[in-house]
Amino acid sequence: MKNRQKWQGIAITLGGSLLALVFAFALCGVFLELIGHNPFSVYKQMLNYDISRDSFLDATRRAVPLMLSATAVAIGFKMGLFNIGVEGQTRLAVLLTAAIGAQVNLPAVLHVIFCMVLAMVVGATWAGVAGLLKVKRGVNEVISTIMLNYIAIGLASWMFDTYFVIGADTLNVKTKELPRTAWFPELVKNKLTGFIVIALIVIVLFWVVVWKSKFGFHLRASGANPGAARVAGVNPGRMIMTAMLLSGAIAGLVGMPGLLGTDHAYRRGLAEGYGFDGIAVALLGRNHPIGIVLSALLFGFLDHSSGILQVNSIPRSIVDIIKGVTVLAVVIVNEALKRWHNRRIQQASAAMISAIEVEAALA
Amino acid sequence: MMDGSYAVELVGIGKTFPGVIANHDITLRVRTGTIHAIVGENGAGKSTLMNTLYGMHQPDEGTIAVFGTEVHFKSPTDAIAAGVGMVHQHFMLADNLTVVENIILGAEPAEHGVLRLGEAKKRLAELARSIGAHVNLDALVATLGVGQRQRVEILKVLYRGAKVLILDEPTAVLVPQEVDELFVTLRQLVADGSTTIIFISHKLDEVLKISDEITVIRDGTTVTTVAPKDVDRRKLAELMVGSELPDPSGRNTIVGTKEVLRVTDLEVRAGLADKPTVDGASFIVHDAEVFGIAGIEGNGQFELCEAILGLCPISRGQIELNGTDMTHLSVHHRRQLGISYIPFDRHREGLLLEAPLWENTMLGREETIGLSNGPFVSAAGARRDCAKVIERFGVRTPGTDVPAFALSGGNQQKLVVGREISSKTDVMLAAHPTRGVDVGAQAAIWDELRAERDSGVGILLISADLDELIGLSDRIAVIFDGKITAILDPATATPELLGSYMTGEVQGAS
Repeated sequence: MKNRQKWQGIAITLGGSLLALVFAFALCGVFLELIGHNPFSVYKQMLNYDISRDSFLDATRRAVPLMLSATAVAIGFKMGLFNIGVEGQTRLAVLLTAAIGAQVNLPAVLHVIFCMVLAMVVGATWAGVAGLLKVKRGVNEVISTIMLNYIAIGLASWMFDTYFVIGADTLNVKTKELPRTAWFPELVKNKLTGFIVIALIVIVLFWVVVWKSKFGFHLRASGANPGAARVAGVNPGRMIMTAMLLSGAIAGLVGMPGLLGTDHAYRRGLAEGYGFDGIAVALLGRNHPIGIVLSALLFGFLDHSSGILQVNSIPRSIVDIIKGVTVLAVVIVNEALKRWHNRRIQQASAAMISAIEVEAALA
Repeated sequence: MMDGSYAVELVGIGKTFPGVIANHDITLRVRTGTIHAIVGENGAGKSTLMNTLYGMHQPDEGTIAVFGTEVHFKSPTDAIAAGVGMVHQHFMLADNLTVVENIILGAEPAEHGVLRLGEAKKRLAELARSIGAHVNLDALVATLGVGQRQRVEILKVLYRGAKVLILDEPTAVLVPQEVDELFVTLRQLVADGSTTIIFISHKLDEVLKISDEITVIRDGTTVTTVAPKDVDRRKLAELMVGSELPDPSGRNTIVGTKEVLRVTDLEVRAGLADKPTVDGASFIVHDAEVFGIAGIEGNGQFELCEAILGLCPISRGQIELNGTDMTHLSVHHRRQLGISYIPFDRHREGLLLEAPLWENTMLGREETIGLSNGPFVSAAGARRDCAKVIERFGVRTPGTDVPAFALSGGNQQKLVVGREISSKTDVMLAAHPTRGVDVGAQAAIWDELRAERDSGVGILLISADLDELIGLSDRIAVIFDGKITAILDPATATPELLGSYMTGEVQGAS
């Protein structure tokens, strides 16, 4: 019974996500048809383009920062906190790490670690502002993180233009390049950064901490029922702070595959948009490690295939529409399925209880 | 043809959920303009029946007629349109809206999209007068007491034109005086013969007092319908459970002399309020003693518990556990020192409804040996521990891995009580330990509390069930307006006496 129910739960989750995906593609198909493209041929092109070794590598490369940003978002979600500010936390972290990382000289491995820790500290600090506002002043974290995004993006832009930029008179505007000691090794030359290993480690840690540790239990309990957690002795303020700091620290890493792995300097557009896509990936992946990895890969593929659309003069925004519709559909389908599944559990339990009782009465 | 003199007539109703029969062969005839009580144990099928009548689900067999016309409700909207309204046990009001806003919510009188509050208020004021309810329509619901909230719920249903009112356990949250007031209101409602009330309860004295007819439900079916004059409490109890009601009273052991909990001059202020919610409370709980606290809800007992547990800041006073001053310790630290807590509302503060039972029995006890392993949770240990709680406290469940929401209310409560007792503390705060549970579970919980007391635990018992309070307590303090106004001897206290202290009519020790 125990295992069957567990597997049923997993099957329902997976089935629901697939259903939502099919729905999203169907809806976008209608849209494509309306604007005069044959949806089948468009999807076929995307699929054909996606099936090759290079495509897989490229999709995976695109998925790495998404895995990190989705994990950052998911930690918050797990305790009912909505960290919408991953974008801003990422931006500040990547810029400051690029600027400061280029100024220090350290041996190879240490330099990389220094950069990563620095990025995490910056991200955590920025997220901590929202945490502090919530704990001390009761400011809703959704509002504060959205506002902090604007501030972070503006701040980063100004700092970049004013202090860190070199080559302002050329087309190649960026910060000073990081010394080679700070470069993260590539897994596949020019195709896939080794940072995927870090991302996977972070996700495994996320799983262990949230699902297996006492701290994670408190985190999930606070999310599931803040009243009960409080009564059980969980300090809500400390929990909010810790969750925000952890979320921010991981958000700080989101820009690192790009900075340490490929670009080795900050330029405009580096690591942009991952913070927002991360929210979608976390929702699609239901805040679960495996779900996040799969969803990030899906988003990676969608992003990758937008390339071929452009070539054939099909609006590449269609990919963004698919993403958006998928997330919306997943949220709706999952909620509906969850209710249905919960009702079934309830009825099955009631049935088993009455069976036990009948047995007891007969004995 | 259905008989028109019945407001509601259900014949041969059956409703099966996969694997369980929730209702079968139900026959219920409610005369227009009467108060008709439906009594039965929790889980006997009262709620299923009422949900059928209210259109929450459709019956598999049988017919429903309202005022002589056969109906098929697809949803509560249909039921409301036919004049059937329901007041739920758990109030469904928005705290941050005013009374009038709550009432019109979903049925707003509007012209061109502009709210016409004035009109609604006029109609409501009339309605309120007609049922003898005094409610300030502009007050925020958050500021209302339980009795008043219930009045608002009733007004809400009447405002939507209900001619048949279903009241689900309406007295569960009220003190005797409030119950009397409610009964006056109900009597006024049926006085002119237009409104019919279906009154669901398992409090037999009340049922006998208020109803014109009583239908008993047992094991999913209607057993009989009787007039209150033909039965007494005992007879009705037998019809309901097939055996006598459990009794909370009786002890053969003696109260200890050690002071396990000492509260001195405790004052709690909520936010910037100028009136303290707990006002200079002082008392001592000894080992092996049940110290009862009687009070109308909202008189400071909730804040008192929160303060003792460290959940809210205090503005003055001292709290000692076994002689250790813990006034400034964290909740976690206090629990470690030896306090357990059966919270006021198991759904809001007791359980993680979506989490498996074993996580629920672990909550707040993670430091217990066997439940954790360094920083990690020991799932296997916690499951074993949960199985022990289930076994010892007779929680009826298919296993340790089902989510808490799959259990009935009584079993959820047994799980919470079991968890807190398993914490093995010196002091237990027990708030409404048997609220909303059936007679069997109530007896089991009382047994466990008595065993705890006899093993030396000092219990601070807060309850709205005065029989429970008088039966279990060794001393009863009355809290009124945040102050402890009297400490009474349960041997001489009656519910009526307690009630007069609780409403502030009488003050001072007896």
